[in-house]
Amino acid sequence: MAEVDVKKIARGDFTWRSLPLAAMIKVPTSLEYKTSDWRIEKPEIDQSKCIKCLLCWIYCPDMSIKRLDEGRVEVDYDFCKGCGICAEVCPTKAIKMVEE
Amino acid sequence: MSKLEYVRKMALMGDEAVAYAVKQADVDVIAAYPITPQTIIVERLSKYVADGELNASFIQAESEHSALSICIGSALAGARTFTSTASQGLALMHEVLYIASSMRAPIVMAIANRALNSPLNIHCDHSDIMGARDTGWIHLFANNVQQAYDLTLMAFKISEDPDLLIPVSVNLDGFILTHSIEPLEVLLDEEVHQFIPHEPYPHEIDFGNPLAYGVMALPDTYMEFKRQFQEAMLKVPEVFHKTTREFYTISGRTYKSLTSYFTEDAEAVVIALGSTVETLKYVARKFREKNIKVGVLGLTMYRPFPEKEIVKVLENVRCIAVLDRAYSYGGVGGPLYTDILASLYKNGMKPIVADFVYGLGGRDFKLTDSEEIFRKMMKAIECNGFERDIYWWGVKE
Ligand code: SF4
Ligand code: SF4
Repeated sequence: MAEVDVKKIARGDFTWRSLPLAAMIKVPTSLEYKTSDWRIEKPEIDQSKCIKCLLCWIYCPDMSIKRLDEGRVEVDYDFCKGCGICAEVCPTKAIKMVEE
Repeated sequence: MSKLEYVRKMALMGDEAVAYAVKQADVDVIAAYPITPQTIIVERLSKYVADGELNASFIQAESEHSALSICIGSALAGARTFTSTASQGLALMHEVLYIASSMRAPIVMAIANRALNSPLNIHCDHSDIMGARDTGWIHLFANNVQQAYDLTLMAFKISEDPDLLIPVSVNLDGFILTHSIEPLEVLLDEEVHQFIPHEPYPHEIDFGNPLAYGVMALPDTYMEFKRQFQEAMLKVPEVFHKTTREFYTISGRTYKSLTSYFTEDAEAVVIALGSTVETLKYVARKFREKNIKVGVLGLTMYRPFPEKEIVKVLENVRCIAVLDRAYSYGGVGGPLYTDILASLYKNGMKPIVADFVYGLGGRDFKLTDSEEIFRKMMKAIECNGFERDIYWWGVKE
């Protein structure tokens, strides 16, 4: 299997001829392939209201809540699909969904 | 009789002939779920494995869906892989059929063509394979037991060709071929091994150097992967012809994507798939003895569809009867009919054409049926048209 530059694919720099056969790609590659461009609303965290309960981190179906130092949380906008589950489960309403 | 001749000639049922070919192909994995009229194939194979005549893993899955899923993993791991099914079993595999082809898993599957329920029916028609027509598999059709054996062997070579890596279905008419004993010539094991040596799968699962298989492709890339697959399909005829030429050198038997019988100067040609082609050939010969210019066209390769070869054969033909052993309910006609009509239109040809839907649920297609259709065609030439575009042949009105 020829080395495939996944970053090029992620940038849209490819044709059907240059894509790897049947999408067989050297791992790990999913980090390069951003999947958030179908998001309509994005979650925004108001850090002053956050009590670091990590419910959003547990519930996010796309592992798009990143845990930082001391239990702080942040949204990974490269992969967040904007489903709003984090905002729904946040007990202090620290997360608001805002239009892109 | 010399020993050599003795081992080359056998009398086998279609199912047994397929199983024998699979054994000679020295497969590594068989994953299957039994279903009539295919059961004998996997029964024989499980016996070969149990008796130590075939060194393979025989995996009895809990369903056809699982059987084909196992086959994908096995093929991608580089194992020569076979499965077999029919009817409801093929329908249950449906979503996995697409996955197998688009993941480029070389698999050979024998399909003992059978009707779909309901009403419950275990007999022959082509509704099963026609439902799987567009799943990206190569579909081959056998007209007799010899062809079922030969095509099974060739299917491995075609499927595993590094330019293709596309799964192949070998279709044989349920009961008519699967359970009929016919004499056939088989190859010696050594000849088969030379014809289809075990080559490693070029993108084999390798834990030391891992690849991601079956990944996600969003709207920005999905269509390109599909276009890429279509390109591979376009290479199939070349690989098919290369394979049949090589097969000829070891067997003396000629295969083409089409079986053309008396078509060169024919005014009327019947087109069909499967065992019916043999019936039509027999009757066409009788008509030729009376100087009636009929011919028969059988498709050995149904997908990819040999459009160019077909229109070349039909160039000077005035009247065409397409025999469909399946139907597209609420559609334009049977699946083969619509393929033929589209090919004719694309190539600016306008002969007289009608669809004959026949043999559903195993209804016998007799010599007399074939004769009557040929006569109808001669009348259609006289009258410059059939009385209708679609006949439900032999239906009690
Ligand atoms: S909106 Fe959905 S995907 Fe995005 S971070 Fe919240 S839970 Fe995860
Ligand atoms: S759910 Fe709300 S409060 Fe809990 S960690 Fe997430 S943002 Fe903070």
